Amino acid sequence: MTWRPKEKICSRRRSDALINGEGESSGRRPGDTSLGKMSSIKQVINDAVEKGKEVYEKVRQPNPIRLRDLIRQIRSAKTAAEERAVVNRECAYIRLTFREEDSVWRCRNVAKLLYIHMLGYPAHFGQMECLKLIASPRFTDKRIGYLGAMLLLDERQDVHLLITNSLKNDLNSSTQFVQGLALCTLGAIASPEMSRDLAGEVEKLLKSSNAYIRKKAAVCALRIILKVPELMEMFLPATRSLLSEKNHGVLITGVTLITEMCRQSPDMLSHFKKIVPNLVRILKNLIMAGYSPEHDVQGVSDPFLQVKILKLLRILGCGDSEASETMNDILAQVATNTESSKNVGNAILYETVLSIMDIKSESGLRVLAINILGRFLLNADKNIRYVALNTLLRVVHADNSAVQRHRTTIVECLKDADISIRRRAMELCFALINGNNIRTMMKELLAFLEKAEPEFKASCSSKCVLAAEKYSPNVKWHIDTLLKVVQAAGNHVPEDVVSSSIQLISEARSEQPYAVGELWRLLSVAQMEFQPLIQVATWCIGEFGDILLSGQSDVTVVESELIAVYQQILWSSQCSITTKEYALTSLMKLSARLNHEIGSIQQVVSAFGSHLNIELQQRGIEYSQLFTKHSHMRGPLLERMPPFEGTKAGREEGKAALTNGIDSSPDNQALLNDLTTLNNNTNDSYESNALLDLLGGMEPGDGDKVQPTNTVTTGVTPIVPAAPSSNADILDLLGGLDTGPTMPSAISNVNITVAPNQLPSNGNASFLLDGLLNNSTSVTSPVTSLQNFNNISSPVSQQSSIPGINAYDKNGMKLDMTFEVQESLTTINMQATNNTGSQVTDFLFQAAVPKSLQLQMLNPSSTTLAPSGTLSQVIKVNNPNKVALRMRIKLSWTANGSQIQDQGEISNFPPALWQ
Amino acid sequence: MMQFMLLFSRQGKLRLQKWYEAYPDKIKKKITRELISTILTRKPKMSSFLEWKDLKIVYKRYASLYFCCAIEQDDNELLTLEVIHRYVELLDKYFGSVCELDIIFNFEKAYFMLDELMVGGEVCETSKKSVLKAIAAQDLLQEDEAVEGALREIGLY
Repeated sequence: MTWRPKEKICSRRRSDALINGEGESSGRRPGDTSLGKMSSIKQVINDAVEKGKEVYEKVRQPNPIRLRDLIRQIRSAKTAAEERAVVNRECAYIRLTFREEDSVWRCRNVAKLLYIHMLGYPAHFGQMECLKLIASPRFTDKRIGYLGAMLLLDERQDVHLLITNSLKNDLNSSTQFVQGLALCTLGAIASPEMSRDLAGEVEKLLKSSNAYIRKKAAVCALRIILKVPELMEMFLPATRSLLSEKNHGVLITGVTLITEMCRQSPDMLSHFKKIVPNLVRILKNLIMAGYSPEHDVQGVSDPFLQVKILKLLRILGCGDSEASETMNDILAQVATNTESSKNVGNAILYETVLSIMDIKSESGLRVLAINILGRFLLNADKNIRYVALNTLLRVVHADNSAVQRHRTTIVECLKDADISIRRRAMELCFALINGNNIRTMMKELLAFLEKAEPEFKASCSSKCVLAAEKYSPNVKWHIDTLLKVVQAAGNHVPEDVVSSSIQLISEARSEQPYAVGELWRLLSVAQMEFQPLIQVATWCIGEFGDILLSGQSDVTVVESELIAVYQQILWSSQCSITTKEYALTSLMKLSARLNHEIGSIQQVVSAFGSHLNIELQQRGIEYSQLFTKHSHMRGPLLERMPPFEGTKAGREEGKAALTNGIDSSPDNQALLNDLTTLNNNTNDSYESNALLDLLGGMEPGDGDKVQPTNTVTTGVTPIVPAAPSSNADILDLLGGLDTGPTMPSAISNVNITVAPNQLPSNGNASFLLDGLLNNSTSVTSPVTSLQNFNNISSPVSQQSSIPGINAYDKNGMKLDMTFEVQESLTTINMQATNNTGSQVTDFLFQAAVPKSLQLQMLNPSSTTLAPSGTLSQVIKVNNPNKVALRMRIKLSWTANGSQIQDQGEISNFPPALWQ
Repeated sequence: MMQFMLLFSRQGKLRLQKWYEAYPDKIKKKITRELISTILTRKPKMSSFLEWKDLKIVYKRYASLYFCCAIEQDDNELLTLEVIHRYVELLDKYFGSVCELDIIFNFEKAYFMLDELMVGGEVCETSKKSVLKAIAAQDLLQEDEAVEGALREIGLY
């Protein structure tokens, strides 16, 4: 579209119009011309006077340029610097006139300032001028003043007291438009204080006989109860008449107000149940009444009002069979009679569907609703398809079978051009998968996964794995699917998919020959963008290399070929460290499975003794030892791992941890593998000692991830000594993990040390324990110890979800705070400890919080503190706006006859308090 | 409830901003910048909706201007498109086939129009005629004042 020459405002070309409809041909501009004959005469006088005035003003003082001219100047600026210069010059001038209290041009100057504000320049110095304009008796001044107030102030400003007074005056004005301006402003910037101060005025206006005033007052009432819910009762009597109104403006705002009341308070909800028949009647009149030009939108009668009523019906009918019964018919009527060829009709149908699904409607109606959504999916308008998928996603769990009928349409949406539609379709497809359709659905989803954007691949592959786990018809199909997922998603496969693939293959003894053969085929052609695939393949080949070589699978492999592929992986610069770790361990395992190529394996492994990566280097050195000094141990040590039986729960938890944003680290995984191997061999005590060394050397590098594991292990350890003596080995193993002190008090330590962000990793931790405990044959009691562990961990997650802080520690006085949060209310339990060594009396703790918060301090448990004694005090903070909590504190007490005073600020509150 | 409405040009220049929730100025600017750049990079074949934080963003392009509204989770996005369209229709009637320049040079009038259609983020008048009538009556009040002021200035009143 071409851009119009900037200066010509009046000459207009059609193409620039925002709407290409039949607007009136525009010679007349309502903005600057008149509406009738009378006013055009006024206009002539006005123009003449304006000219004379300008001449007069020029003599008197330099005239401020007009808004129009300023905009022109700014628009003609060629560079940003030039624009800034114009703006700065004008701002300086405006400031000057503000200082001189020039009231003649105030309105014009504020208007200019508002334009400048929109360009992003600071304009807060105009706030007071807006208030002066509002206080002016002229309507022109008020109109700009209130506009400025809405733009420049919001509820955080301190000038509110001043504006509250002006608002109060104007709400009582005799001119309806002045009242309208005041109501509109109050609706936009009402703060809690303002709401309290002006609620009475608004309530009066809500009963006004003037519809223009009443509709705006209703919205103000709505905003007021949003800010101060206690004021709700006050508006209740006035709502009675709102629904018997003819004026649609009052009706729609009245319905909106009642909706909000019902949403906020259960009492109101039950009170308004009785208006259901009224609402039904209004809605019926709307759809049955003939064409009314005033409220018609493309053949639909007042869609705005219809949607509001439908929404209120939804709230009133939710969980109430009687109310639902009353509205059943009308909902069916709206659903069948609304014309669906245009957006506006679909907006109503969409709202109707939501209402039908939320209330206790008849099953036939629900099917009708879902069919409407099914029709939406075929609509050419992408917006409507998007809305349909979103809604189906909401209702799929309630009415799965009804949604199933539209499965093919939904699957088609996987190929949509719009990415957000594809995302919704994907989520919906996963919700629709069941035992009957898994084969066809998985085929579609795998095709989608292959072509999908990188951002989809991770979540899609995880979900594919979950679905396959839940519904796979047989193990072979399951393995096939997993391998296809790993192939299709390439490097975007998350780690949980790798581990579940490995686990599945290790469990499925009968399918191992097939799986290993398949993996070998894939590995020999795999490219470097398939790291996860290589990881799965090397793990399995390392583990089951003998099956591969014995020819049980369909492929025949020569040992040298195998080594060549491993060398390629290990020396490739494109391979990730994790993959190399897999490959190196796998190669080591192969050294116990191959017959001829052991020498070349030793060569490769020992070469890693000088690798730049510390983990690989360490493994290289350790593994080389198994070829020389400890070669007699190599065979038993590298035995095949037992299948991961019974770890499904652990796996689930691991996945939960993953969805919580913390991924199961490969380090933990590796740790698990080695531990289980070790455990299997614990009957040979000599070996396990040697292994201990190995393990000691295998501490994963990432401290963060390991920490919770260690902590939890410590928690369990004290119970272990009760187990049969062979468990000492396990104890040793744990000791080898360097878990620190294993005092009985460790359990209580768990409470303190497990920070919330580490909690999700407990899934991994129990995974570790699971593997450890289930695989050792001689241990009996650890099952209970595991249960104990679970018992320990569950209260932990609740108690320490918000960590306490040390708020103050000076002059021998220590203040600790712990927190409880209930929505916006934070309860702080403050505990003061006296470390001064002497008796403390007259202890006084005072606190202040930022303005937007409310603080309540309860009485302290005492004001005196014995040496090393404590006292506690409860502080309640209401933080409705969820701002960052800060607190200024002041402390005073008397010790040894002298008074001590101190103050400070606490700003280290945990962000969880307001997030 | 609508949280805010932004009008901006294809070049990314803000033309109108209406906030129904209190945000500090800095945040307002950040949100505006973020949304303008997100929406301008969206392709025409994409839907008019996007999820943004816990809000739903509904936008529509009319010629060179984008109209962008932020609504809450349980608001109807299809209906919001109708609200936007209603606003454009009103501006069109008022200015007579409205274009971007009308809104630039008469931005205060565009605000007045929006304030008659919506108060506090809720639609308060569903009849186009009533909105235009209220605006016309208020414009007339202003004109009367201008004439009166001018007459007083030259000593005729």
